Amino acid sequence: MIELSINHVSVRVAEGTTVAAALYLGANGISRVSISGEVRAPLCGMGICQECRVTINGRRHLACQTLCQDAMSVETCT
Amino acid sequence: MNADVIVIGAGIVGSACADELARRGLDVLVIDSQRGGATAVGMGHLVAMDDNLAEMALTQYSIGVWRELAKNLDASCAYRNCGTLWLAADDAEMQGAEQKMAALQTHGVACEMLSTSELQAAEPALRKGLIGALKVSGDGIVYAPNAARWLLARHAPQITRLDATVVEVDGNRVRLHDQRWLSATAVVLANGIHATELCPELPIRPKKGHLLITDRYPQLIHHQLVELGYITSAHANEGTSVAFNAQPRPTGQIFIGSSRQFDTLDNEVEGPVLARMLKRALEYLPGLEDMNAIRSWTGFRAATPDGLPILGEHPQQPGLWLAVGHEGLGVTTAPGSAHLLAALMFKEIPAFDARPYQFGRFSGAAATVAEATP
Repeated sequence: MIELSINHVSVRVAEGTTVAAALYLGANGISRVSISGEVRAPLCGMGICQECRVTINGRRHLACQTLCQDAMSVETCT
Repeated sequence: MNADVIVIGAGIVGSACADELARRGLDVLVIDSQRGGATAVGMGHLVAMDDNLAEMALTQYSIGVWRELAKNLDASCAYRNCGTLWLAADDAEMQGAEQKMAALQTHGVACEMLSTSELQAAEPALRKGLIGALKVSGDGIVYAPNAARWLLARHAPQITRLDATVVEVDGNRVRLHDQRWLSATAVVLANGIHATELCPELPIRPKKGHLLITDRYPQLIHHQLVELGYITSAHANEGTSVAFNAQPRPTGQIFIGSSRQFDTLDNEVEGPVLARMLKRALEYLPGLEDMNAIRSWTGFRAATPDGLPILGEHPQQPGLWLAVGHEGLGVTTAPGSAHLLAALMFKEIPAFDARPYQFGRFSGAAATVAEATP
């Protein structure tokens, strides 16, 4: 198992899990909040729709294109 | 007659023309092929340009109108009076900035020089080592697709929209894809890059451009930032060139340009050109390296040989009026173009000299127009 944090809460997932999947497994699934205040979640799962942008270890990434790693710090964008 | 005036093209130029003619009490039919053009893909930078007197007159008049319109534009038009900083990377460019300032000030455009330290304070995200900048405070930005819609809705009862493709123009008549002929007292051709399909004699070439927009990084930059070398790039008539141009979107996103390529109508994003453009952007905003781009796309500017639009009646087709060839400045110059066209149509004296924009300035049509001009 891999242990990472999502918004400073510890989450354990199986190896090979994407950050997008971890958002659903260990949190509420929300990746970000749109400019008009709507919550957004991973949608296309293939790096096109850009809905799953989150901050990982301080840098903005696509959650669906990133595999979870030990000690990773994921922050959803609000 | 199907209307007083038929406008072909519902982009920013066609919409501004329709708005101005409707304001003067005419019934306007706006026909748009729904293919999209430069309005849908451009930056929407409202910028005073001083390459020649005609360009200065047109941009300055237009920006004044935009500033008035801004009082009523709805929030979706995202108008901001953010100003432009023309960035000088070396002493030669600083001299260029000073010349530009002198030219703009002669024509009453408010601007000032920023020293190295003033530039640093104004835009800390820019790389160290830039010499200074020319700040043009009246410049701004607008989201052109919504501004075009707003202009068409403003005098709604007098403007009718028709989504259809015009396949032929004959003076004051147009033929639609379904073979119907429509007519009006005047037809205005304002369909940008598609104008040569209806008037092959127009000297308009497509200039392809790439744009890229980032995720939201609020307050990173505050003005539209343009390198002074942009002017050289913008004037190139062949080859591929890039120049740094970045815009702070009201959403906090950074909107990055620019590139120019000739003689292609392929709208694919080209990796090597995008890479060159972004490398240039990194030279000015090194912090972009850690940021996330969310989309890039391309568009085509409708470029004339001298960079000025073609505005006025077609010398060989009475009843057909031209408002095309705005290249990269159509959003800026749409209000001035509309004013000029309407003034000429109503036989009034426009606020600035109409002659530099006549189609007749290009060979072929020249003789006819020279004779017609008093």
